[in-house]
Amino acid sequence: MRIVVTILAVAALASVPLWLRDPYLLNALITTGIFVIGAMSLNLLLGFTGQLSLGHIAFFGIGAYVSALTSLGFDIGLPGGWRLVHEPWPPIVGLALAILIAGLCGYFVGLLSFRVRGAYFVIVTISFAEVVRLVALNWVELTQGPLALTNIPSIVLPLPGFGEMTLRTKLQNYYLVLVVAFIAYLLIARLVHSHFGRAMRGLMENETLAVSVGIDVTKTLTLAAVISAAIAGAAGSLYAHYIRIIDPEVFAFINTVTMVIMVISGGKGSLAGPVVGGLIFGLLPVALRPIMAPEAQWIAYGGVLIAILFVLPRGIVPSLVQRFVRRRSGTNSLSPVALAETGAKEPA
Amino acid sequence: MNEFLQHLVNMLVLGGTYALLGIGLTLIFGIMNVVNFTHGVLYTFGAYVMFIVVQQLGLNFFLALPVAVLAGWLLGALIELTLLRPLRGSDIDTTMLVMIGAWIAMQSGTLWIWGGVAKSVATPFPDAPLVLGPVSVSWLRLFVLAAAALLILVTYLLINRTSLGRAMRATFQDQDTASLMGVNVDLIYTSTFAIGSSLAAAAGALLGPVYVIFPQMGDLAAVKAFAIVILGGLGNITGAVIGGFILALAEELGAGYVSSGYRDAMGFLIIIAVLIFRPTGLFARAERVG
Repeated sequence: MRIVVTILAVAALASVPLWLRDPYLLNALITTGIFVIGAMSLNLLLGFTGQLSLGHIAFFGIGAYVSALTSLGFDIGLPGGWRLVHEPWPPIVGLALAILIAGLCGYFVGLLSFRVRGAYFVIVTISFAEVVRLVALNWVELTQGPLALTNIPSIVLPLPGFGEMTLRTKLQNYYLVLVVAFIAYLLIARLVHSHFGRAMRGLMENETLAVSVGIDVTKTLTLAAVISAAIAGAAGSLYAHYIRIIDPEVFAFINTVTMVIMVISGGKGSLAGPVVGGLIFGLLPVALRPIMAPEAQWIAYGGVLIAILFVLPRGIVPSLVQRFVRRRSGTNSLSPVALAETGAKEPA
Repeated sequence: MNEFLQHLVNMLVLGGTYALLGIGLTLIFGIMNVVNFTHGVLYTFGAYVMFIVVQQLGLNFFLALPVAVLAGWLLGALIELTLLRPLRGSDIDTTMLVMIGAWIAMQSGTLWIWGGVAKSVATPFPDAPLVLGPVSVSWLRLFVLAAAALLILVTYLLINRTSLGRAMRATFQDQDTASLMGVNVDLIYTSTFAIGSSLAAAAGALLGPVYVIFPQMGDLAAVKAFAIVILGGLGNITGAVIGGFILALAEELGAGYVSSGYRDAMGFLIIIAVLIFRPTGLFARAERVG
């Protein structure tokens, strides 16, 4: 059942460029897809460990900057008169390094910030993202500061036996994003259904109980943070090579909020949630553009976030699944087994 | 040495308004356990009320300040009644996200109404600063410090000397017991949020004329308020005052001796350092407000 839905959804998404010819809409779909990858990685933390990280854009931005700098090269002065010169490397190496370094940052941030919980965790993660933004803004020699890194090369895909392919068109980038998103989805799904995934959810439900049955809290949370950060870094790298210009505004808090809205509206703790919520909220500005001024759009954005939390606090996907399951089983209550099947969090 | 003295004077002026911001947030955070992301918007709101009253209505500068405090109080009460009261009992993440939604909507509303161009407010103070030996300070900043000190004193008396303040402290200690003793907890929550919001609006109304007024001015103010609350400990008013001055000193010294680009990084670095090394705050006394 699940597999059928997944295959149908992927086939539907893969067929979009065949009938959608509008380059503006295709562009919106690509950037939405990149943010959906970010939202899926955020969901791993927020939905499956219960930790609300509001600094997630930091890993996205670090991935973007690492990938851009790897493929552009840089020449910076170090203390003591030394210089660090880096010749440009192929963008695909940049993508790999973005994943690696974002994951590494996730490790250190996780190690430090998981000492605190709840509101304090949220504030530490926001602070981390803001410090990274200020470094990107002020370390002009490396990042060009507000002048932005420009002319970032497109990703070049090596095809053994056929030479290589530069992913320059929107069509190519669309499929690149789709493939990466699908890999990320499968990876997260595999993780969530593993022993590690059960440990994460155990922690979310009752940390004290989880510790008492022998779950290593810090290790589990840190590993979740590393994987989440690495996937966000990959999304950032795709963003850098698609948009081809990166400035410190990529770290803006509003970008984290966008991802959070995608996860919450779709349904945190549901694998398909961030995809559904991401597509809705990624494409909402496109739908609103002809009828609303940009400021009014943001007012609507804030209003919709509040409305969703009031009306559908568990998100769209879990609510729909619950309705579907209820109709099929003919009962009013949803059994814990069915909830576990859908990967949804039990109602509080 | 002279430069250092000047930094100290600047710290005093800045610290007073930071303390106001911090007290407002620490009350809301401590008593209601709400991570109030609208605090920065209320700060912006106070500054815009100042702009409306002085520049658009042409009224007296000193009249505008109480108007801003009152307007902040009303807006805070409105937010509490419409958004927070229905969510009482939901988890902290839900209220936090609702507050983020309110923040985005209100900030965009400000941008929509007044545009993104920075505004300034004319003040009745002379342009020439007061020069005392090696240091100089503008009359406006002196007024800001005095007004902030007065508001801090009023808040302190309100919390420690009135029956409302006693009920607030009781609610902070134990909400259920306070409720059993006849404290109307709903009323306390609304009052707390309204008082906290009016303090944020007051800080914005005081600092707005010192700098310029624009829709995003509250974002950094909110982060600074969080830094101060974390520094001073949850619900600790004295801690918030000291935290406000420590943050102001760190910013002044950071801007003066490191790099002015990293001035605003100080708040974040303080947050990270305190939460890692001393998560309960520097002056932890979490069992009571006051």
